[in-house]
This record gives sequence, C-alpha cells and structure tokens, in this order.
Amino acid sequence: MSTTSTTEPSPVATAPSRRLAVDFRQYGILAALVIIIVLFEIFTGGRLLMPGNVNNLIQQNAYVLILAIGMVMVIIAGHIDLSVGSVVAMVGAVAGLAMGQWGLPWWLGCLLALLVGALVGAWQGFWVAYIGVPAFIVTLAGMLFFRGLTLVLLTGGTIGGLPAPFVAIGAGWLPGILGTIGRTDVLTMVLGLVACALLVFFQARARANRRRLDLPIEGAVSFWLKLVIAVLATLGVCWQLANYSGTPIVLVILAVLVLAYNFVLNRSVFGRHVYAMGGNLFAAVMSGVKTRRVNFALFVNIGMLAAVAGLVSTARAGSAVASAGQNYELDAIAAVFIGGAAVQGGVGTVTGAMIGGLVMGVLNMGLSILSVDAAWQMAIKGLVLLLAVAFDLINKRRGGR
Amino acid sequence: MTGNDAILRMQDIIKDFNGVRALDQVTLEVSRGEVHAICGENGAGKSTLMKVLSGVYPHGTYSGTIEFDGAEATFSDIKSSEAAGIVIIHQELALNPLQSIAENIFLGNERATRGVIDWDRTALEASVLLEKVGLQENPATRVFELGVGKQQLVEIAKAMAKDVSLLILDEPTAALNDEDSDHLLDLISGMRDHGITCILISHKLREVRRIADRVTVIRDGRTIETIDMSEPSATEGRIIKAMVGRELNNLFPVHETVIGEERFRVEDWTVHHPVDTGRVVVDHATFSVRAGEIVGFAGLMGAGRTELAMSVFGRLWGTNVSGHVFKDGVEISTSTVDEAVANGIAYVTEDRKRYGLNLIGSISSNISAVALAKFARWGVIDRNREYLTADEYRLSMNIKTPSISEVVGRLSGGNQQKVVLSKWLVSGPDVLILDEPTRGIDVGAKYEIYTLINELADQGKAIVFISSELPELIGMCDRIYTISEGAVTGDVPRAEVTPEHLMYLMTMGKEALR
Repeated sequence: MSTTSTTEPSPVATAPSRRLAVDFRQYGILAALVIIIVLFEIFTGGRLLMPGNVNNLIQQNAYVLILAIGMVMVIIAGHIDLSVGSVVAMVGAVAGLAMGQWGLPWWLGCLLALLVGALVGAWQGFWVAYIGVPAFIVTLAGMLFFRGLTLVLLTGGTIGGLPAPFVAIGAGWLPGILGTIGRTDVLTMVLGLVACALLVFFQARARANRRRLDLPIEGAVSFWLKLVIAVLATLGVCWQLANYSGTPIVLVILAVLVLAYNFVLNRSVFGRHVYAMGGNLFAAVMSGVKTRRVNFALFVNIGMLAAVAGLVSTARAGSAVASAGQNYELDAIAAVFIGGAAVQGGVGTVTGAMIGGLVMGVLNMGLSILSVDAAWQMAIKGLVLLLAVAFDLINKRRGGR
Repeated sequence: MTGNDAILRMQDIIKDFNGVRALDQVTLEVSRGEVHAICGENGAGKSTLMKVLSGVYPHGTYSGTIEFDGAEATFSDIKSSEAAGIVIIHQELALNPLQSIAENIFLGNERATRGVIDWDRTALEASVLLEKVGLQENPATRVFELGVGKQQLVEIAKAMAKDVSLLILDEPTAALNDEDSDHLLDLISGMRDHGITCILISHKLREVRRIADRVTVIRDGRTIETIDMSEPSATEGRIIKAMVGRELNNLFPVHETVIGEERFRVEDWTVHHPVDTGRVVVDHATFSVRAGEIVGFAGLMGAGRTELAMSVFGRLWGTNVSGHVFKDGVEISTSTVDEAVANGIAYVTEDRKRYGLNLIGSISSNISAVALAKFARWGVIDRNREYLTADEYRLSMNIKTPSISEVVGRLSGGNQQKVVLSKWLVSGPDVLILDEPTRGIDVGAKYEIYTLINELADQGKAIVFISSELPELIGMCDRIYTISEGAVTGDVPRAEVTPEHLMYLMTMGKEALR
C-alpha cells in the first residue's frame, strides 16, 4: 500500500531486526543476586559459599522455591494465595499421622499428602473460579481454616519418629553410588556435567532450529557467553555440594519442578492462557479462553505444590508440628515480586521467582553468618522487597509504559 | 428569543489534539434562561466543546474567548468553572451508589462546620432540592436503590446545590425509559423558573424539537448554524441537513462487489440490560449478510449496535437474550465465544485496548490468542510456527514494528488495530463483525484497513461493519442497516443511500415503527 501515513508514530524501523532484544529486567534481578552474593562473600570473609553453606542454602530454602513456583502462576493470573503456609502445616500433619501413627509406608503417606493438597486446591479453586469470591478472601479464609484443622489433627502434640526414607527427602542426599575421589562425591559431579551437556545441547538445537526457519536469533557472543556462565555456575555449585555430602534429594525434586513449570508457562496452551488472563481478562474472555477452568486448575496446582513443600519441610524438621509453615506464604509472595512479577498480573517467570527466592535465602544466610539479630534480618528483608519492587516500577516508567 | 442577553459567548474556539483539529473556530452563544440544544454527529466536537467550556481543557490549551455572565472566563479546571456556576452532567452518572441521596448531593460540597458534617442541615436542604426536581424519595435512601431515571434527577439536584446558573446535560435521556425521559424533559424546560440556563446535547431530534428554544449544529468541529426553533423553517429535516451535509471525498478504495448467497442471518434478536433487566436494549432486531457483502450498521451513540454485536457473539453482553442465528441457512448456537468461533464468526471489538488486546503481551502472542489450538499439539505450543505465522501477518497487514516480539502497548493505534484484525483472521472466520474498526487511527492506516476489508469481502467473507462515521459507512458498504433505540429502523441499499435519509432513520426512534 502506497498511502502509508507519515504521521504514524511508528517505532524506529519498519524492517524487524534479526536479533532478539535482551530482557534487561530479568537480568537486573540476576545481577542483584550476584551483587548480594559477592558482597556477603566479602563481608563474611568467604564463609558464605563454603560447601556446607551452599548445601544449607538449598535445603533451607527449598520450600520457598517450591511454593514460589505455584505462587508465580497464581500471581501472573492476577490472584494471590495466602493459605500456602497453613496448607504446608496441614499436609505435614496428615503425612505425620499417616506415617507415624497409622503406620502407612512412607511413599503412601506422601501420595496421601499430595491428594490432600489437591483437594485443598480444588476447594479454594471452586470458590475463586466458580463462585467468584476474590482469591484474597478465599485464601485468607483458607489460611485460618487449614491452620485450625492442623491444630485439630495434632491435638496429641508433635509427631516425631518419621521413617528414615521420608526424612531423607528434606534432609538427605543421593547415595554416593559412584564413590568418591578424595573427598569429592563423583555422582554429584557427573550429574552436574550431564545437566550442563543437556543445557548446551537443547539451547544450541533450539538456536539452530530458529536459524533454519530464518527466525531472529540472539547474537552468537551473548548466547555463548550466557551458556558458559550458566555452565560455570552449575559446576561451581556441584563442586561445593560434592565436597560436602553430595546432591541433596530436594535439589533433584526442585530441578524437576523448575524445568517442568518453565515448560508449562512458556510452551503450553495452559501457560499462555494464564498470561493472557493476567494481561487483559476481558480480551482473554473474548478470545475464548475458559477462564474458570484455568483459575480452578491454578489453585489445584498450587495446592499440590504446597503439599510438596509441606512434605519437604516436614521431612527436614523430622517431625510434624502445628506451628509449621508460619509466614511461608509471605516468603513465597516476596520471592515472586522480587523476581519481577507485576502486582496487576500478566508478568512473571518461574526463573525470576527462583532468583527472587535465592535473593531472600542468601540474605538470610549471609546475615545469620554475620550474626545479625533475627529482628533486624526481618526488617532488612522487608526493605529489600520494597526497594526491589520500587526499582522495577521506576525502571518500567522510564522505559515508557 | 434573541441573543441580546447572552449568558455565554464562546468565540472562535480552536482546539487541536496532536495536530488534529477537533474544534475549528467554533462560536456558540447562549441566551439567559433558554434551553439551547447542541446537535451533531458522533465525533463532531460537541463533547470537546463542552470540555473546553467546563475547564477540563484549561484556559491556554485552546484559543478563542469565552465570555460567561458578562466577564471573560479563564477556567483552569472543573472546580473553577463550577465556582462560576457551570455544571456538566455527563452521560455516565458520577454518583457513588453506596452512599445516600443526600450524601451524593453534597459530595465535595458538604454542609459542614469546621469539618464536622451537620446531618440535619444536609437532610433538610436535600429534601428541598429533591422537591425542586420532583423526586419523591427519602434523602437517606442509598442511590443504588434508585432507577437510572431517578439517579439522573439526583445529579440535577446535586448541580442545583452548587448554585448552578448554566447546566449542561450530555445525552441525559440516553439510558432512560419513555416515562422517565418525559419527566426529565419537563424538568429541563422548567429550569428557567429557577434561574437556570440549560445546554442540552442530544441525538434525539424529537426531544430537541420539544424543549429547545434554539439549536446550534456542529459538524466536523465547526459551527454550521444556530436555528431558532420558533421559526417555521426549523424542521427536523433542516437540522439533519446541517448535521450531515458534507461532501463525500474519495477517501475510500474503489471496490467491485461480487455478492453471493446468504451467509449469516440473525432473526428476532432481543436483549435486555444486564443490570437494569427490565430495559430492552436490542429490540427484535433482524438482519442478514451475504457472502462478499459489506453491510453497515449505522446508529447514534447508545443505539445498541455494540450491544447487539456482543450479545450475538458468545452472549458477552446482556441478559434474557432471545432470537435465532443462522449460518449458511442452518441455525447455529453462538452462546459461548467458543461456539461462535467454531462456527466461523469473529468479532473485532470496539475498544481494542480494553477488550481486544493484551497490551503487555507480545505481538505474536496476541495474534495467536484466538486460534492458539492451531499452533499446539497435546497442549504444547510450537512457538516457531506461531512466530512464523505472526510474521506473515506482520508483512501482509503491514504492521509497523521493529520486531514481532515487541509489546503491543508500544504500537500506534493503527498498528494495534491491525494486530486485533490479524488475531481474528488467524481463526479463519467466514463472518466478520467489525465494531468501529477505524476509531482513533490516522487517515493512512484507515485506508489500509478499508482496503483489507474489501479484500476480505472479495474472499467471500460476510462483513458486518459497525461505525459511527456515516461517510465511512456510505463509502464502504453495499447495504446499511440503521438502528435506533435498539430496533432496526431501516435497510438501505447502496444506490438509495443519502446521509439525510440515514440520519432520518437513525433518529426516528422505535415508536415510529409501530
């Protein structure tokens, strides 16, 4: 058409660039994490990244990271879930009763716990999706309700003496079946190398595919540089773990969940619908998205992830207590927002939420090593959350809408 | 009545928006105590003029002079125009439904001493005002319990509480039933007894003729003429002629139509308002579109065109919907969006930002949104294929963007509209309902969209073209239905179309049909 207007405030070029723009927002959070790690590494005189601490960082924070996966999806869709802390406690109680008192095998106890999580999610999802009660209210009610049920279930007090295979989920390591070289666990290093090889293979294959279809691709330098950094970081973590007790079982669970949910959000129709609903609910409805089903599924999903988190934290504690999971919802929500999700919905990633969770975890650990008072730790975390979100908003405003 | 004792003189008002001239030397003179109607098509500049008058566009953002009550007025915001005695009542009422009538009347204008509200005085003064507007309700009644008609009266009482001397009513009867309209019109004609001058903006010429002393017609941002309604020559026909009498220019691509069999028919379609369920918004509407045909829907604001389209497409609007929908002669169900899409119907919404697009999503994710299943297997999206398809549409629709991964919110209006159109074309529809597809986009992009619509018709698709711009409908459509008060009042083939005839059918009201 020759009559294209000149008044159109069209962005710079008409021809699309052949290179993908780098998402600075995502890297901003990653940079913040790196800076925090470096700072604490200096302040603690190198103690932060000692093998035992790297291991503890993972085992202590696994529950937040698992909850943050479910939470980021709920937040992208424009909801919130305040009940996960109480669900963690209740699932722990059910698992404790099943294994400690009813004598079920540990794996059946875990299945039962997951089922309870799914039912909790279905219950809350029903109110949100089909009755239209705001998620804030439904899950605030759930927070009280499930905490109450936990107290009822655990009237007999703490349930301890849980089976060893179960405790290993939260506090154990993969058996070192490949032996050790010096003090270094071989299996951990092998797993790390395999993970790196798969990462490089899949990234390179996707890139080749896009090149073949003549789709825009990232510049070669930045692509390989990022891969090298990712590989070095992975191997570094594995090295420290291998020199402690090996691969924490919970890390395997976490890795599987992160990969799976990254895939769901980025590649599945379901994931796309979640983003569409958060971005513009009206437009999603008018495009034929079945919003009720998506909302229901989101809550069933976070219910089950809360159950996994409940199992992990109960296993790590070695016993089921009624006060478990206190404030977990707040940790997960903070991780999601530090990780770049938008309060209005429509924006957020699993990777971002993981980085956000690690920022909180490193802060916790670093401040603890420096023996900063717990009260001050809490205050500092509050400020970090506020500043992270404010920084993000200011950045966005400067970037123009 | 003459302009000797003018309460308001607006002279040579010019207002530009980003280089587009919305008002071009508009002159308006209103005499003290009269009811002065302002008529014009959608987008003629009526609302802009009123916003200039009331200080929404402050002094300095327009040129020309405003003389109010004998002195030059330089309002900096709504508060300063209200202080001078000018109050606007907008079409969308600005009441807080959860507060009482009295609280609403004195909102921002509380009867209080040192910040403490005097409730007795509030109730007393409220009941005096309610009596003036003829509303028999307890001032303590909460506003949501009232019908729209009574709420309108509360708005007027609220204006009177501010010592209004010039009251501007923007389409006050648009949402009212006949009885409430009559009462309101009587009230407006009686306003001069309270020393209040009224400016009435209305699309309903019957109303205008009934209560207006004089009428000023505005077209394309210019004052056309002011008609004294007591003159014998002041007929509805004269007003219509002034409203639409412009030359048609060849802004439209030449198009040879090939019309085939009937593709789409809606019969006896009736829809009620979702909240005010007693109100009929679409009234036994029947229409049909043939393959290759572009059929226009002309109607003034509030006539029910969008409501008709949105209720047909997946029952997205209204309650108590009844009627039948046929595609290629077979009755189909379109009661969910899925069914409508599966039956090959697409609806490109009027408000693309609110209903059409995920503005924070990428262009490609927006384009694939409706037909996502086409790009997926076992629920997994093939993002490369999605990207390639989106890029094809970028090329064929001439979407100007540095990359298909760009966020849609960064595009210009015209390019956003092309994204919405692409998204629906991916679903492969046979029937396209386009609701104001060229609203808010510049001339060049408009021409591109017109050309595209013609191409789609040439492919044998049936096109329903809803537009508020008569010239656009006349330039593009093979046939035009007119809608007035929710009813189809005319079905005019291209050969018989004149702006005057359409405007006559658009303003006739549905009683005339009976």
